[in-house]
Amino acid sequence: MTLDLIISALVTVVGISTPILLAATGELVVEKSGVLNLGVEGMMLIGAVTGFAVTFTTFNPYLGVLAAAAAGAASSMVFAVLVLTFGANQVATGLALAILGIGLSTLIGAGFVGIIVIPFSSIFPDFLARDPIWRLVFGHSPLVYFALFMVFATYWFLNSTRAGLVLRAVGENDASAHSIGYSVIGIRYAAIGFGGAMAGVAGSYFSMVITPMWAEQMTAGRGWIALALVVFAGWKPIRLWLGAYFFGILMTLELYAKASGFSFLPSQFWASMPYLMAIFVLAVISARERTGSEAPACLGKPFMPTD
Amino acid sequence: MANLEPLRLELKGITKRFPGVLANDHVSVQIGAGEIHALLGENGAGKSTLVKMIYGIMQPDAGEIIWNGEAMRIASPKAARKLGIGMVFQHFSLFDALTVLENIALGLDAKISQRDLEVEIRRVLDQYGLNLDPQRVVSTLSVGERQRIEIVRALLLNPKLLIMDEPTSVLTPQEVEQLFETLRKLAATGCSILYISHKLHEIVALCETATILRGGKVVTTCDPRTKTSRAMAELMIGGSLKEIAKGEGRSFGAAKFEVRNLSMAKRGDFGMALEKISFAVRAGEIFGIAGVAGNGQNELLEVLGGEFLAPDASAIRLNGADIGQLGPSARRMAGLCAVPEERNGHAAVGEFNLTDNVVLTARQRRGFVLRGFVDGRKSSAFASLVISTFKVKAQGPRDLAGSLSGGNLQKFIMGREILQAPDVLIVSQPTWGVDAGAASAIRQALVDLAARGSAIVVISQDLDELLELSDSLAVINLGHLSDMMKVGEISIDEIGLLMGGVHGSAQAQVLEAQHAHSL
Repeated sequence: MTLDLIISALVTVVGISTPILLAATGELVVEKSGVLNLGVEGMMLIGAVTGFAVTFTTFNPYLGVLAAAAAGAASSMVFAVLVLTFGANQVATGLALAILGIGLSTLIGAGFVGIIVIPFSSIFPDFLARDPIWRLVFGHSPLVYFALFMVFATYWFLNSTRAGLVLRAVGENDASAHSIGYSVIGIRYAAIGFGGAMAGVAGSYFSMVITPMWAEQMTAGRGWIALALVVFAGWKPIRLWLGAYFFGILMTLELYAKASGFSFLPSQFWASMPYLMAIFVLAVISARERTGSEAPACLGKPFMPTD
Repeated sequence: MANLEPLRLELKGITKRFPGVLANDHVSVQIGAGEIHALLGENGAGKSTLVKMIYGIMQPDAGEIIWNGEAMRIASPKAARKLGIGMVFQHFSLFDALTVLENIALGLDAKISQRDLEVEIRRVLDQYGLNLDPQRVVSTLSVGERQRIEIVRALLLNPKLLIMDEPTSVLTPQEVEQLFETLRKLAATGCSILYISHKLHEIVALCETATILRGGKVVTTCDPRTKTSRAMAELMIGGSLKEIAKGEGRSFGAAKFEVRNLSMAKRGDFGMALEKISFAVRAGEIFGIAGVAGNGQNELLEVLGGEFLAPDASAIRLNGADIGQLGPSARRMAGLCAVPEERNGHAAVGEFNLTDNVVLTARQRRGFVLRGFVDGRKSSAFASLVISTFKVKAQGPRDLAGSLSGGNLQKFIMGREILQAPDVLIVSQPTWGVDAGAASAIRQALVDLAARGSAIVVISQDLDELLELSDSLAVINLGHLSDMMKVGEISIDEIGLLMGGVHGSAQAQVLEAQHAHSL
């Protein structure tokens, strides 16, 4: 009984942290290139509604996820053009993108409220996931494995490839990278597009895995947690992975508090925990003044090539 | 022998025009194989424009670039590197958070694996006897080591011509000597070196030929070893160099400004703690503080000027009064003015006009503010006075500070403080990036201010300037200030060793030990 409870709690932790991990992985790459895109929440919502709509019309969840990625990337390009080509303020533009995403997704999704789609079928044979312990390994949605793969792929990309080195260089010192001859703007466009696609996939996880239906603002602020997670992880992919589980545990506590009537504290308290923790963690990290050395040096600074 | 081989690089009648200026006017230079050739000139003489054309960053409007006997068009820095032209820039384009190896990999055109690259780097380091760890993160390196990264990056391409742009402005004398050693070794292998500088004694020590530029034209090409520094300086500025007139047999008054056991904890990751700093400056005395950048100079200036308060009011005394706990405005009222190193953004607000900028620091001492209102006429008149007295090239007091060139803004800032006739003036890098003519005017103004009875503290990395200007001198290293020494009783070597301090190279410490023995 207790083992079952622990296993199912762990399965929930892994599942619930997946969208945060997906979005944060994308944002990590964006921030490593020196751009701060605060519009993650908006891009997630656009991904969520697009993924749902495409799955509903094509009956193919994989096409739905692809469409969610494309929609997330497309919405990020609005941000990229404003910020990179026109040198708009990144914070203001990112917030505008977040709000745009909320509004646009509500508009698109108006006709889809209350419908249910067929979720992903398991990618492993059923018998593997029957045993409770094996379920922890094989019982997840394909997107969970995709998220894990992407974290480690990002780690490898940033630390072991030349393209990753160039991307980090652009985020550290845009002027120098430009003078050596790298296209700062081009690299940042690519990074923002990747971040948008990842946020889109993260959004589709809400509308296709957690609850296979569409509801307004169903991402419930998890995009903001993804942003906090990037800082919390000190811009390091492996720490990002572990940090996502930390937030996952907090969110699982809320669910279990609700479900079990476990009530010495109201469930609203548990629901607010991840957000309180995000604020707390950010405050602690800023107070330690260590972020100064971990954050990409050009984060949030506009770059306009002079020649 | 020189005639058997074609010249490594020959420039014939190079001309480059920018809107309103002729940056290079029929410049011709010849550099032989293995020659160390100096390019001398003041700021704005056209040195950097010329070099940019050799390195392919710009194209000449007229004239020929002949490389190893063949006329060439060098379309880009990449093309230049392919020909075998390397360049070490004055401002390093390094990535602080990345390792030495990663930095070098980013600057290479060829794609090679980091493991092979590391082997190559170690080979070059061995060959030239350079000391550098490829796995270190750049932010932990000294300025001299950072420069070595740029040099290694250039050497990896086996250059036939290496251009060095003002390479020694941030190095200690020992680091300069090491650099010269490397350059001589490199020249011995047949690589030509084009060495850009305005430090004459270095050119005399290193170079075989010097081309002197002034106003975009070649003034002369000469052998620096047969000329005096003074003669070359005069060719460079096109007039006779005014020597700083210090009154003979100067006597100093009572101690005006005293700092006693001043300690400050370090702020932030890149800060430097100050430890038990003590000195006293008398009326009429100029006290110089030498040191390599980043050894606590900025922190010292900030606490002396009042931006940060001293832990103890009596740690800083002005005319016998404790001022350690007063803020900048109160210290100004008491008679202490300070000029920080960063002129745009710290000493002056670039987006403000000159009148507003004088209000910022001179309002109390010059009485610009009455019942909360700024007297615009008074402040504007004072700004005009600064402009005319210090020959600042500006259209008037309504010019934005940021629109002035660095040297002119520096003259303006120095003038603004000097004309307030402070009892104590503390300046950091008073002539950084200022051309020789303006620099000597600023130095003269400091000497004159001292002659009127002020005590002056000059913090500078330019040792020549301190030796010329100061009556007494101390060296700051890792937040410690050495004892005060009388200028004239100390050698450059001694100062250099103090500057290298404990964090200098092992070699410097050996030298230090030898020095201690010989005493």
